[in-house]
Amino acid sequence: MADSYLFTEHMAVGYGRAILIDDISIRVARGEIVTLIGPNGAGKSTILKSMIRQLALMGGRVVLDKDDMAALDGRAVAKKMSVLMTDRTQPELMTCFDVVAAGRYPYTGRFGVLSGEDRRRVRESLALVHALELEAADFSRISDGQRQRVLLARAICQEPEVIVLDEPTSFLDIRHKLELLSILKEMVRERRVAVIMSLHELDLAQRISDTVVCVCENHIDRVGEPEDIFTDDYIRRLYGVKRGGYHADFGCPELETAAGEPQTFVIGGGGSGISCYRRLQRKGVPFFAGVLHTNDIDYAVAKYLAVQIIDTPPFEPIGEETYERARACMHLCKTVYCTLEDFGSMNEANRRLMEEAREMEILREPCAAGRI
Amino acid sequence: MDEGKRTRRYVIAFIALAALFAGLVLINLRVGSVDETAGELYGQILWKIRLPRILAAGMLGGALSLAGFLLQTFFANPIAGPFVLGISSGAKLVVSLTMIFLLEWGVSISSWGMIAAAFGGAMISMGFILLASRRLQAMPLLVICGVMIGYICSAVTDFVVTFADDSNIVNLHNWSLGSFSGMSWGNIRVMAVVVAAAFLFCMLLSKPMGAYQLGEMYARSMGVDIMRFRVALILLSSILAATVTAFAGPISFVGIAVPHLMKRMLKTAKPILLIPACFAGGGAFCLSCDLIARTVFAPTELSISSVTAVFGAPVVLRMMVRRQEG
Repeated sequence: MADSYLFTEHMAVGYGRAILIDDISIRVARGEIVTLIGPNGAGKSTILKSMIRQLALMGGRVVLDKDDMAALDGRAVAKKMSVLMTDRTQPELMTCFDVVAAGRYPYTGRFGVLSGEDRRRVRESLALVHALELEAADFSRISDGQRQRVLLARAICQEPEVIVLDEPTSFLDIRHKLELLSILKEMVRERRVAVIMSLHELDLAQRISDTVVCVCENHIDRVGEPEDIFTDDYIRRLYGVKRGGYHADFGCPELETAAGEPQTFVIGGGGSGISCYRRLQRKGVPFFAGVLHTNDIDYAVAKYLAVQIIDTPPFEPIGEETYERARACMHLCKTVYCTLEDFGSMNEANRRLMEEAREMEILREPCAAGRI
Repeated sequence: MDEGKRTRRYVIAFIALAALFAGLVLINLRVGSVDETAGELYGQILWKIRLPRILAAGMLGGALSLAGFLLQTFFANPIAGPFVLGISSGAKLVVSLTMIFLLEWGVSISSWGMIAAAFGGAMISMGFILLASRRLQAMPLLVICGVMIGYICSAVTDFVVTFADDSNIVNLHNWSLGSFSGMSWGNIRVMAVVVAAAFLFCMLLSKPMGAYQLGEMYARSMGVDIMRFRVALILLSSILAATVTAFAGPISFVGIAVPHLMKRMLKTAKPILLIPACFAGGGAFCLSCDLIARTVFAPTELSISSVTAVFGAPVVLRMMVRRQEG
């Protein structure tokens, strides 16, 4: 891959003399977002800090735009690479304009006096992150979300070809997370900037990254496209998830399923069952879910929440054998909820189950689920 | 606040500072126990006593406040200063030891020698503070550490001063309390050279200092050579504090109070503005304190440090309370 703008070769990183991770090869091309994911303390920040020369390399090299970074002077690097790290910065009496203007450092003269062009760039960067109105505000008095946007403007103002960010979205609310990442995406698309960052939010990492680097204790476990990385099993393994699971398709975590012999049966389908499943799980009630086609959205959720699913292949009416299986399960139960209101030819069997439950007088209103 | 408003504030502030400074120089020249009626003696007093004293107060006050600003930038904390961190006291101790030692041998010490001794002492205290700062992250602890170093140095100084028997010890005693009196034109020339050079170096460092205010990480990412920059800051602040101590003894609170007042006045912490402002402001502050020191209870003189403490300490206290309130 000759087009990588920033890459590492056999890079070894660590603190002091102890090597934390060895033989790291990470490549970032222009117009691409590379995201580091992995459990806390796996070394994501260490890798990023080493790539931007905040930490001395313990081996190997980092190449920026064809040059070995060790041979470049600070100014040359600063013109090509800017950073947004987690260090909390609380400068005294600096307006947001001043903070962003700090990004012009490599371009200004001996005394750092801003030219008209510099000022224009500062305003442009502030506008790009939708923070122009904060121009005159005291940097130490704005919210976390605003602060992060202003720091991003500072990074942009440095006119970099590559931006390195360490957990830029931590501590931001959902709106600000999305805004920040959208701005990054824009930078990548319109200015062909290369981005390498670490993210804790797997759902966001899955959506924004072109390449995902999985950092696990002492090694880079996998590098690939999000589609290859974000599978339920792999994420569970990467993070060593023991309780609960990760729902790769939805990009969301799921808590542990209530364990035990189910005495509750939920007849669902077509998305109607989800809220009932969640309510039961919240209350710690183990349950059967049925009869669900394997392409049903309820199936995808029930997979994580139900103790057992009575499933059936897609696009086919529920077979007699499956129906019998469901009945057998239902007969073990003391409570049945039916979240379906309409039935069709495909799930005729579910209607029969519901009617049988009503005759057995164990059918309850689904909105009452969990209220024992 | 738009650009024009800001610039106007800076211009007005600097004009006000210059006017204040000039006014204080004139008042200091005029006020004293001898006036025009004394004829030729008056001219002599102006030229040989008052003018050197004024220049010393102006330059050393500026140097002290600048040293404070450098230390505040270095430690990223507004309560750092050469006095509270024990740097002035370290300088004082080594100067006293050197003077007593040399007086025993009947050798008098030159201005350069004094500065060198003071610089040595300042660097020793600075070394302790830097060692402590690797372990103590919290600034208040570091300041307590500095105050302790200051006390130890002062105690040892008092000890050696008490037991050194020499007629010159009277001078040493006055000096160790802090005073701008007794400056010769030779002293003034030496301090002018040192202070001017340090001031110029500070101006040249104003750009990286500005970047450093955002934090070490950002400064490095923008191309500042952190190692060199930090060494330069330490050397410059030590030289400035040492020069002040060598000539005028330890002077308290100027290093914290003046930079704070200047930041409030300019509503910015940009080094390129703060360095000259701190210098002029420190000079003006010490000129007015010296005026008070020598006139209020004339002919008895107060030590300059007690006057700067009376005016400086409340400013520092107010600042700390306001910061706590956020």
